[in-house]
Amino acid sequence: MTTLVALLVGVLVATGFYLLLGRSLVRQIIGLALLSHAAHITILLSAGLRGGVPVIGSARGPMTDPLPQALILTAIVISFGVTAFLLALGYRMHLFGGEEKRGGKNRGEESRDDR
Amino acid sequence: MTDRLIAALPALPIVIPMLTAILLIAGPSRRAQRTLGLAGSLATLAAGIALVLLTRGGQVMPIQAGGWAAPYGITLVADMLGALMVLIASLIGMVGLVFTIAAGRDDRFVHAGWQFLLTGINWAFLTGDLFNLYVAYEVMLLSSYFLLTHGTTQRQAREAFGYVAINLVASMFFLFGVALIYSATGTLNMAHLAERVPLAPAGTVRAASMMLLVAFGTKAAIFPFYFWLPHAYAIPPGGVAAFFGGMLTKVGVYSLFRVFTIIFPSGGPDPLLLWSAAGTMLFGVLGALAQDSVRRILSFHIISQVGYMIMGLALAGQLGIAGGIFYILHHIVVKSGLLLVGGAIEETQRTDRLDRLGGLARTNGVLALAFVVCALSLAGVPPFSGFFAKLLLIRAGLEVGQYGVVAVSIIVSILTLMSMLKVYTTAFWGPGEPRRAPARLVAPAAALALITIAVGLRPQVLYSLTSTAAAHLTQPARYVGTVLKK
Repeated sequence: MTTLVALLVGVLVATGFYLLLGRSLVRQIIGLALLSHAAHITILLSAGLRGGVPVIGSARGPMTDPLPQALILTAIVISFGVTAFLLALGYRMHLFGGEEKRGGKNRGEESRDDR
Repeated sequence: MTDRLIAALPALPIVIPMLTAILLIAGPSRRAQRTLGLAGSLATLAAGIALVLLTRGGQVMPIQAGGWAAPYGITLVADMLGALMVLIASLIGMVGLVFTIAAGRDDRFVHAGWQFLLTGINWAFLTGDLFNLYVAYEVMLLSSYFLLTHGTTQRQAREAFGYVAINLVASMFFLFGVALIYSATGTLNMAHLAERVPLAPAGTVRAASMMLLVAFGTKAAIFPFYFWLPHAYAIPPGGVAAFFGGMLTKVGVYSLFRVFTIIFPSGGPDPLLLWSAAGTMLFGVLGALAQDSVRRILSFHIISQVGYMIMGLALAGQLGIAGGIFYILHHIVVKSGLLLVGGAIEETQRTDRLDRLGGLARTNGVLALAFVVCALSLAGVPPFSGFFAKLLLIRAGLEVGQYGVVAVSIIVSILTLMSMLKVYTTAFWGPGEPRRAPARLVAPAAALALITIAVGLRPQVLYSLTSTAAAHLTQPARYVGTVLKK
């Protein structure tokens, strides 16, 4: 199970970087979101995936480490905020020039096509 | 009452700017915002001074947040290094804010963003927990994204997007490092990590340390992760650029100093960091020589100077680390001073391109003097603070026999001087009767120039403080013992 999830992290990182290296702004933002998901899942893995009982409660047996879950929650909130900011920035760039591609030289023509 | 205030003091440099920022968001008038912003900065500065005085003898002041004892809760720790960094951050925050107000660039939520940025920076310096450091970073970065994109043009928005993207990728590496180190040791408290890392599997620890090196290295703009910096720092107006250029990369450098001494001690000169330091110094200054506007030249010099700090860390001895910390503090003052001079030129002449400037020394005597003092200090000419910073590093390098990196650092100093002379001879000499910059724009840079002169006249005062700070990093027993209450 751990190996499978580790592979999933690898796929997410690869896909995220692939999208990030593209020229479309929306793809880049999605790529960044995928990268942060990969990091969150790695944190989940760091406590192991044995699946014990909760720390609080009367159930007995090996307990699940609650700390990584708290860490992920914090990290998810932060990445949510940053993604929202990126989308707002992207929207503003769209308003400025009607284009959403970065780094190209012939931006003028593309922007007319997009509209 | 006094005891409780002193016990709470390490939290104040975080709490004061945060509360100020929240009040500022409520949106009082421009005049009230200025008063509130300055008052908040001044109070933070006072807390920073008090922290330095209280940790002067090598004391370590921990706060266990919410009463949860370390390592189970979140720990804030003020030691000499953290206190010095808080002091310098609050000082630059204050001076930069004065400049921003003087230039009239403080519209809308700039004051609130500024205070949140100061919150994040001070938080990063005072936290004793690796994941909490990540949160502090994000508070700092989100504020910096806001200040960077505030009132930008289309081209600037695109550059800013690149800055946000590169920082997000670095943050992802940070989280990978945190996850790996937690899986290997089961703790994130820095003091507890210092005890547990030697017992953990070496492979995982090595992987985690490399992840953190990439994360902090990108934020500190070390070789080979520096490419984003000149683009991003060319965007914001002068006061913001001085705060960014002085402080933001140095938070990354600080994290490297903290993590690669206490948690991952190298026990001798680290070849990887030495190569990186040499590359950072050399490529930064070569980049600067190729530029033709004041702001871009200064941005490349930030990179080059970070190399010197990393050199101190890479040499790893007490003298190297103390020299590195001395260099960080000196550099923040001088670089912010130079960026404020650049900002004053830009605000009055409406350009900072060297081919459109000339004759500034004729009409702006004080500005020229401030530039010369900061530029010579940056290049390491006596009697300014930069000379002593470089002297310490070179001595540390010779002591452990790392002649290669010492040679690079001396060559880079000469190239730095050359590049500074290029700015001075073209912008300040030559033909032209440029407009005179008003005194309120010159004063902040002049104040920072005075600080570098003062440090240059009495370097032993600052050196004894950085020595104490370095002792906590090279022999973390006292830090670990105080935080974990042993």
